[in-house]
Amino acid sequence: MNKYILYPGCSMESSARAYYDSLKAITDIIGLNLQEIEDWNCCGATEYLGIKLTPAYALISRNLALAAQQADGTRTVVAPCSACYLNLAKADYYMQEQPVLGQHVNEALAAGGLSYKPGSLDIRHLLDVLVYDVGLDTIKSKVVRPLTGLRVAPYLGCMVPRPDYEHRWSDYEYPVELDRLLNALGADVIEFPLKTECCGGHMTQISPDTAFELIRRLVSAADEHQADLMATLCPMCQMNLDAYQSETNKFFHTSYRMPVIFFTQLMGLAFGLEAKDLGFGLELVSARNALAKIGIEHPAEIPTGTARPKKDGSLPMPAPLPRRNMHTEKGKVVK
Amino acid sequence: MQTLDQERTSAPPKQIEDLSLLGEVSHRTAGVSRLEMCIQCGCCGGSCPSEADMDHTPRMLFAMLRAGMRHAALMSNTPWICVSCYHCVVRCPQNVHIADVMYTLKSMAIEAKLYQDSTAPDFSQTFVDMVEEFGRSFELGLATRHYLKHFPLRLPNMAPMGIGMLSKQRMNITPTRIKGIAQLKAVLKRAKEVEAAS
Ligand code: SF4
Ligand code: SF4
Ligand code: SF4
Ligand code: SF4
Repeated sequence: MNKYILYPGCSMESSARAYYDSLKAITDIIGLNLQEIEDWNCCGATEYLGIKLTPAYALISRNLALAAQQADGTRTVVAPCSACYLNLAKADYYMQEQPVLGQHVNEALAAGGLSYKPGSLDIRHLLDVLVYDVGLDTIKSKVVRPLTGLRVAPYLGCMVPRPDYEHRWSDYEYPVELDRLLNALGADVIEFPLKTECCGGHMTQISPDTAFELIRRLVSAADEHQADLMATLCPMCQMNLDAYQSETNKFFHTSYRMPVIFFTQLMGLAFGLEAKDLGFGLELVSARNALAKIGIEHPAEIPTGTARPKKDGSLPMPAPLPRRNMHTEKGKVVK
Repeated sequence: MQTLDQERTSAPPKQIEDLSLLGEVSHRTAGVSRLEMCIQCGCCGGSCPSEADMDHTPRMLFAMLRAGMRHAALMSNTPWICVSCYHCVVRCPQNVHIADVMYTLKSMAIEAKLYQDSTAPDFSQTFVDMVEEFGRSFELGLATRHYLKHFPLRLPNMAPMGIGMLSKQRMNITPTRIKGIAQLKAVLKRAKEVEAAS
């Protein structure tokens, strides 16, 4: 079994649960042993870097220090989120390129009884490990239900193929790893010209109109290419394209319904697993029709009803709207 | 006719010390920024998806840094509009760490209180506050706090999305806290001291 240290990142536990669930469902099948970093912390996304340099890199590096401690015979850290991947890779690379940064970070880590020697770990994205370590032959050999006829737009976003400090990808702007993997699953992979264009990142929060335009471009291009769905490998991209799609539609008076699915969910389907065990149904733009096209049953929509506000002074959230679905309390589906 | 050199000496820049601005920005950037190596080719602006919304293209901004135009450079919206897509970075013939220079300029603008619109710095700060408090980010609290403050009129529109995410249990209602939060706080405190001293 290939053994790796996993840095899941915050999104995998909440907004990208489908990514985590599907990843866990397929690891045994392809012989991937992922050990989560004990008590990891958020890497700060792209936000901390623009505030203060040393704390930003110290925040990232606490994870590297913990990972190195826990390494136990492996030196590869795998990150499934593109922002996490880039942050870890960047910290490791820049601390080598500029030793004084490494010294400062280590001074900070020492306050917590930690240390990290830059360059002692390999930081890799999940897709990279799947394509180049597990290998497409192995993946292909596990396919029992080829996704024949499913038109998939492969979408990587920016931060996986670029800046690519360690030259791991086939191209900065038009890499083919995801296409090849989806091909191995039997899917009908379209040539997607925007595969590494930005989805807007945190712009959905800062300047929604700018983000809506970037989202519209991506979704409409996938639609023009008659994709049944888009396959992504980043929680943030998935969230932007899926959760903000209806806002984008409202903004431009369009009516796109493009499902955005994690590539690991498609792997699970091809390996013969049930859609319900792969996080299908968590997407806001439902993949039901896309799955129906290849004869796979989409699970009933995930039961709602646990969205109850807490009385513990937690942060404000949008006022609940009257619910008009047929689900009630705690996951019980009322027919 | 004056040569360029004579022109320069006859009209020295008003604030000589600001000619160190380029070096200062470069020094404060993670890694070896190579900012000094910029040859003003313009490849960055030409590759940038956000260029239309920017006050200055990255190339212009870097020329301003070289010219010591501190105030104007730190007022520019360019670093705030940059989405860190790294298109320019992989195309720059001089291998300038453009996206990282943008982060540096943001932090310098925050320090000098020279940004024009507070939305982006505020978002970053809210995010960082949460991470420092819990060790994890917390999307629901972040998004709603931020929207309440900056786009209150938009909040009702966003509610269906929020409800969708909540009802699918894709947003945590309360944040989780890491076990080593005291350790993390100690590390960050020390990091801030190191930063202040460097
Ligand atoms: S980049 Fe996103 S997912 Fe990754 S740790 Fe940071 S907030 Fe969490
Ligand atoms: S596409 Fe946008 S959100 Fe996705 S990884 Fe790139 S910058 Fe981040
Ligand atoms: S692409 Fe590089 S060298 Fe060319 S103007 Fe931009 S930063 Fe300067
Ligand atoms: S990294 Fe920033 S400056 Fe460079 S192309 Fe992308 S948005 Fe433009």
